[in-house]
Amino acid sequence: MRDVAIVAFAQTRHTDHDTGLTEPELIAPVINEIKERTGLRRFGFTCSGSCDYLAGAPFSFVSALDALAAWPPISESHVEMDGAWALYEAWVRLQHGDIDSALVYGFGKSSLGDLRTIMTLQLDPYYLAPLGLDQLSYAALQANAVGADRAELDEIVRRSRADGRGNPYALDLPEPDGEDFAVQPLKKTDVPPITDGAAAIVLATGDLATRLCATPAYIRGIAHRTEPHYLGLRDLSGSASAADAARAAGVGKAPVEVAELHAQFPHEEIILRRALELGGGTLINPSGGPLAANPVMATGLIRIGEAARHIHDGRARRTVAHAASGPCLQQNLVTVLEA
Amino acid sequence: MGNRCAVIGVGQTHYTTKRRDVSIAGLVREAALRALEDAGLTFKDIDAVVIGKAPDLFEGVMMPESYLADALGAAGKPMMRVHTAGSVGGSTALVGASLIQGGVHERVLVVAFEKQSESNATWALSTHLPFSASLVVGAGGYFAPHIREYMRRSGAPGHIGTLVAVKDRLNALKNPYAHLRIPGIDQKMVESTPMLWEPIRYLETCPSSDGACAMVLSSEAAVTGTPAWVHGTAMRSEPIFRASRDTVSPQAGKDCAADVYRQAGIADPRRQIDVAEVYVPFSWYEPMWLENLGFAAEGEGWKLTESGATALDGDIPWNASGGVLSSNPIGASGLIRFAEAALQVRGMAGEHQVDGARTALGHAYGGGAQFFAMWIVGRERP
Amino acid sequence: MPSDPLVAQHVLEFPGGYTRTTGPVIGRFLTELRARRIVGVRTAEGRVLVPPLEYDPETGEPVTGEYTEVGPAGTVKTWAWVEQPLDSHPLDRPFAWALIELDGADTALLHAVAADNAKAMAAGMRVWPVWSDRPTGHITDISHFAPEVTKIVSNVRAEYRLQAGGALRTFLEGVERGVLLAGRCERCAKVYVPYRLNCPECGQSLGDTFEVPDTGTITTFAINNLPDPRAPEVPFVSAYILLDTTDIPMIALIGDVPAHEVRQGMRVKAVWVPESERTASMANIRWFAPTGEPDVELS
Repeated sequence: MRDVAIVAFAQTRHTDHDTGLTEPELIAPVINEIKERTGLRRFGFTCSGSCDYLAGAPFSFVSALDALAAWPPISESHVEMDGAWALYEAWVRLQHGDIDSALVYGFGKSSLGDLRTIMTLQLDPYYLAPLGLDQLSYAALQANAVGADRAELDEIVRRSRADGRGNPYALDLPEPDGEDFAVQPLKKTDVPPITDGAAAIVLATGDLATRLCATPAYIRGIAHRTEPHYLGLRDLSGSASAADAARAAGVGKAPVEVAELHAQFPHEEIILRRALELGGGTLINPSGGPLAANPVMATGLIRIGEAARHIHDGRARRTVAHAASGPCLQQNLVTVLEA
Repeated sequence: MGNRCAVIGVGQTHYTTKRRDVSIAGLVREAALRALEDAGLTFKDIDAVVIGKAPDLFEGVMMPESYLADALGAAGKPMMRVHTAGSVGGSTALVGASLIQGGVHERVLVVAFEKQSESNATWALSTHLPFSASLVVGAGGYFAPHIREYMRRSGAPGHIGTLVAVKDRLNALKNPYAHLRIPGIDQKMVESTPMLWEPIRYLETCPSSDGACAMVLSSEAAVTGTPAWVHGTAMRSEPIFRASRDTVSPQAGKDCAADVYRQAGIADPRRQIDVAEVYVPFSWYEPMWLENLGFAAEGEGWKLTESGATALDGDIPWNASGGVLSSNPIGASGLIRFAEAALQVRGMAGEHQVDGARTALGHAYGGGAQFFAMWIVGRERP
Repeated sequence: MPSDPLVAQHVLEFPGGYTRTTGPVIGRFLTELRARRIVGVRTAEGRVLVPPLEYDPETGEPVTGEYTEVGPAGTVKTWAWVEQPLDSHPLDRPFAWALIELDGADTALLHAVAADNAKAMAAGMRVWPVWSDRPTGHITDISHFAPEVTKIVSNVRAEYRLQAGGALRTFLEGVERGVLLAGRCERCAKVYVPYRLNCPECGQSLGDTFEVPDTGTITTFAINNLPDPRAPEVPFVSAYILLDTTDIPMIALIGDVPAHEVRQGMRVKAVWVPESERTASMANIRWFAPTGEPDVELS
């Protein structure tokens, strides 16, 4: 496979409320920032990820193109998935060998509707959605299946929020307190914050990568896998597809210094650490992770950006990023980055 | 454009107003299993699945690829969901081809579908947000002014649109999968139907269909059966609100065509392409795209249509399958164009086969005519 | 901002609900359910899937045509406790979601379990279906499950709270005052109306807003014969209007002229509603009407 590197990453200062900006207005500063940082005005390929049901309107990604200065017309595509899969599509496109750069972005405003019940619409429309099964309820089912120690879960939330307070892009959430359940065994403090935000990444190959970035974060492995949808068909206490993707991406070939995991709930972090076989020596979600900022449809892409940033800053030489889609970690994408 | 890629299987459902006999999974599986059968393969032989469809509001299932994963044999495999507005079917084929061209997989299943009868397309496409600075009245209301402007600029006579409406429906009579099959269709019948969005008449618009289409794509090493070889792939997008944008002949369409022709070594599309499946949801878009795609000079596209050149027995048949004007499961419509192009060069288009077709164009567009996806497929290995 | 006229509720709900055709397998399951029987389908490998799918989820291969009655009782595999049910949930009192492996099935069914409290729930507990009074062939024909003896038109609705912010708010606030606000991209030398923050062509920030005339030229139009809630009657004309001094047409209604007398190149002027009726909305402009000036020659 051709060497592809992440050479730049930008994100909004995420908010816990709707600032009233349209999606193109939300994205434009991030795109402008990443263009300035790389000095690139044009890219060989552009790909984005977003979801109509967050915006409450069809084709919500169409106007986003107005934020890109896409003139002359650009080679561009869109996934109705987290931006992490847009990055995967761009990585594949760079393998063709005829282009050397790609712009990837993801964006979402979860503040506009009730995310908990909007996620119901993603479920099997015959057997699950008519029951009104909501996001917190199915996450709670998985949490119970994991059977994790409450103290361990609390510590994950505490650590994530503390790290988030140290991350200027994440939300400032207080030390978790309160024992109230959202849906038992999930506590209210286990629920990721409603977040609006966007993120962008520039990929480059060959000479261009080293010209644009002193320490490019090379993608040494990237793979994703899905599994059956219906919850009763899966062993919810683990994630077979995350483990498969991790093996295919080669996570275990060498020690991992930092892992950014798309764990929206603390029990998901436990499942993912096991699936990715991450040991105690791996720093998990130093950005605060989704429990500190969860701009849906950008959250997974931000994991990749944050994992790359550790390499750009020279703080790590081998990092891993994970992104998820579907109920209860149905689909998982794992990226291995190296200096 | 990377490694060689071929279409080795095509599967379609019958397109119709309401498929009452199937679930959503049943619909997409029907197309997928037919494509696998055509390729002589099973789900086991597939490395990855790419799903495309237009807005999720049509079925009211958000990101339905999650629910459809195991229905398409994707358990344990990579799966992606593409959405690029009306061009999505074409983009889905290109994303699938890209996985082969990039050397990532050997065999990829691409599937696109729409089950519009679960709700109502007009409702799903015009869920008016509370605040807007603009008035848009459905797809017809959006595109009709551009057609009027084309007529003004080109001086095309008013009956050209009816010629396309008749020609594509005559072709549909030869395609067993087509939705609108109107015996005795003629110019008089089209002219007798009411203007919906003048200058667009009722029978000059596409229907609203349920249906799915699938293809099996493969690397050179993994080819089974009769391949259609991919000679070029291209996507282009342009911003909708750019000042001075040419909405009649968008630059993105011209650039996309130039890119895909360059890859396929095509200098004169009219002469070198044997058959084209082009996204024509309103009849007037045939002459407009004839110009945009370089089959005719600016202002001359309608003359090509009028001369009969684009008919099944013309020198450059367009939409031998009956096109979008005859079948329109929106999310799948682009993929159907790409698949029909492949069927033609494989010599497997049945009654609507264009004799000796060696090179074919598949085309799709979407949004406000701002997203374009195209490929060229050929009988010979590139 | 409860009284902010530029904040509103937006509801996405297909009237009457989506009509979902079930296909043969889901249909068989729901038909049996209506008759108060729960069936699974056997895969080629011999597993019994409940609820049945048309395919083996592991391989994608079609299932066999063999249906087998399962349950009615089953065993809870895992569960979650909902203290505050949502409107959409099957029960309006605290309950548990559970994955239930029905007797004779190899997979688990997801459904609600009525129990007094979370303490009454445990993995391994036995539960029985409680049927709804009027089964219709829907997953909710099983009202819920309940512990042993001791005790579908699918409405898809999503609600949003949307506000006009950013450039749109600036523009609509101008409209409330009876003016049309534009912005100029200095680099491209183009004037954009409605006002926006960035140039779609080059990305540059547009400068300060300024007013542009409410007169312009029709570049092209459609005569709509299908009714629309925002138009007074059919036929109505929707037109692209290039406002004077600007470079991008706006789409608006044309009025005060018979539809078939509208021409490309026709000069028009906005017809505003009386000042007392104005809001921060494009409804302030009733339509554009001909000025009577000579037509403009279009290039």
